[in-house]
Amino acid sequence: MDSLAARSRGSRRDQRPLRQRLADASAPYLYSAPALILIVTVMLVPLVLGISYAFRDIQLLNPFSGGFIGLDHFKALSQDENFYRALRNTLWWTGWSVLLQFVFGLILALLLDKPFHGRAIVQALVFLPWAVPSFLAGLNWSWLFNPVVGPLPHWFFALGLMSEPANILSDPQLSMWGPIIANVWWGIPFFAITLLAALQAIPRDLYEAASIDGAGPVQRFISITLPFLAPTIAITVLLRTVWISNFADLIIVMTNGGPADRSQIVASYIFTQAFRRLDFGYASAIALVLLVLLITYSMLIVVLRQWLVSKD
Amino acid sequence: MTGKRILSTLAHRLAILAYVAFALFPLYWLLKVSVTPNNLLYSEGIRMWPSQTSFEHFEFVLRHSEFPTFFKNSLIVSGSTAVIVTVLASLAGYAMSRFNFRGKYWIVTLMLLTQMFPLVMLVAPIFKMLSPLGLTNSLTGLVIVYTAFNVPFATFLMQSFFDGIPKDLEEAAMIDGATQFVAFRQIILPLTLPGIAATLGFVFTAAWSELLFSLMLISGNDAATFPVGLLSFVSKFSVDFGQMMAAGVMALIPACLFFLLIQRYLVQGLTAGAVKG
Repeated sequence: MDSLAARSRGSRRDQRPLRQRLADASAPYLYSAPALILIVTVMLVPLVLGISYAFRDIQLLNPFSGGFIGLDHFKALSQDENFYRALRNTLWWTGWSVLLQFVFGLILALLLDKPFHGRAIVQALVFLPWAVPSFLAGLNWSWLFNPVVGPLPHWFFALGLMSEPANILSDPQLSMWGPIIANVWWGIPFFAITLLAALQAIPRDLYEAASIDGAGPVQRFISITLPFLAPTIAITVLLRTVWISNFADLIIVMTNGGPADRSQIVASYIFTQAFRRLDFGYASAIALVLLVLLITYSMLIVVLRQWLVSKD
Repeated sequence: MTGKRILSTLAHRLAILAYVAFALFPLYWLLKVSVTPNNLLYSEGIRMWPSQTSFEHFEFVLRHSEFPTFFKNSLIVSGSTAVIVTVLASLAGYAMSRFNFRGKYWIVTLMLLTQMFPLVMLVAPIFKMLSPLGLTNSLTGLVIVYTAFNVPFATFLMQSFFDGIPKDLEEAAMIDGATQFVAFRQIILPLTLPGIAATLGFVFTAAWSELLFSLMLISGNDAATFPVGLLSFVSKFSVDFGQMMAAGVMALIPACLFFLLIQRYLVQGLTAGAVKG
């Protein structure tokens, strides 16, 4: 109603009938209402429900469960070795995935920024992994790592990296690397596409001017390309970090968190608790901890950004 | 041309070649195993191409497995999700692009937040909500969930397309007496057709790939989508590599088709929600 009042005040000489003005004022809300209603009922309501589950005993197969149990889940969680390992694994998984995707994505973007014959087709081919559904990417790589049908163990063996052609996905020390490699393969295009777009927005005459002044390629990269890319790099890396730390598909498909929960990240641990053990209460408690961690991380980014802005 | 220049061009082409090989090799292997007959599967394990090829695995998968049902279910779910999301996102994106209204800031914030928080949190509560409504084990339930998950990102995407169309167009139509909604439907929407196609493609691909919620919500074979069917097949018959990979190749086909459709809009799509993979 406030907005209506504000609107009619703003257009005092508005001669249109009230009904017309009312319709105009409500138009944006009518346009966005269906989308909003859906988001609220299918995302916001379950989010609040999920937070309440964290303090309740909710097990799907136990009809007598459902009572409030206070902080019991969190007490259990503080003694859960697997949870701590999942936390460490999340850092490991996110750090390596983002770093490798970014470095290889940046190199690919730089390679594609130079015009050459057949660039369009090459671009379509190297971006193709992004189109592969994540479950299929996971299965595809777990088959490549499988010594029965996949070539990778045999190649590692031939190179002397392995004492026998074994599956790294069933090796407790190495299993985390399987999903990381699959994730790097799958995610390089994302960085390459966004960085390539940023690269192509750099005015070309800057490079010409620099090379007339005698700047070499490395110097041009450091003093022109990097400063221009910096904002894109910062935003994509920071947002991608959140997205990848939540991305459990590849781990669920390739190792299922195994062997013996060695490759579990927090997101896949939540899914395992909810899907395999059907313990919704405990799963929601872990989810709440993950949410708090992610909010803290996002706050840090916001603070960091404001600090950078105020410094300029 | 100096020798140094030739050398750097050569290095550039070799690096490109390495990337292409890395990107395509897994898919190539998938295809290769899917056409290798069973009797050669183990004896010619790591040969680059089998000495004989056959389509027996494809034939088996199409005739004697439930994959055609899974494929059909996935098509229904992804197709309906894409259409519904695009309609809702066109409306909401139009509002975001053309109106300044109270609460807009909060709506945008809400939509951005939905892109950031872990969706896996919602697996349990959504199951609990849908189950008394009879929407677990149903394609309708999946469509509702996927639609909600994809609407925010698609709204930003559609908004970016509307932003590219000058406002004068509908203002001219409205001076001629059309209401804004008529102007939107008859003038603006037709101009955004490529954007609409891109949004359809993005949402279809996202819904086609979704795994965790379909695993949780679907248990029977009748309503299983492709990912669920393929994963249960893998855990049940884990030795039929040829058939699994033939099924994998089939799952890849729609994704690749839609990828071609949206190729031109990749940048816009990836930066619209700024976080959507």
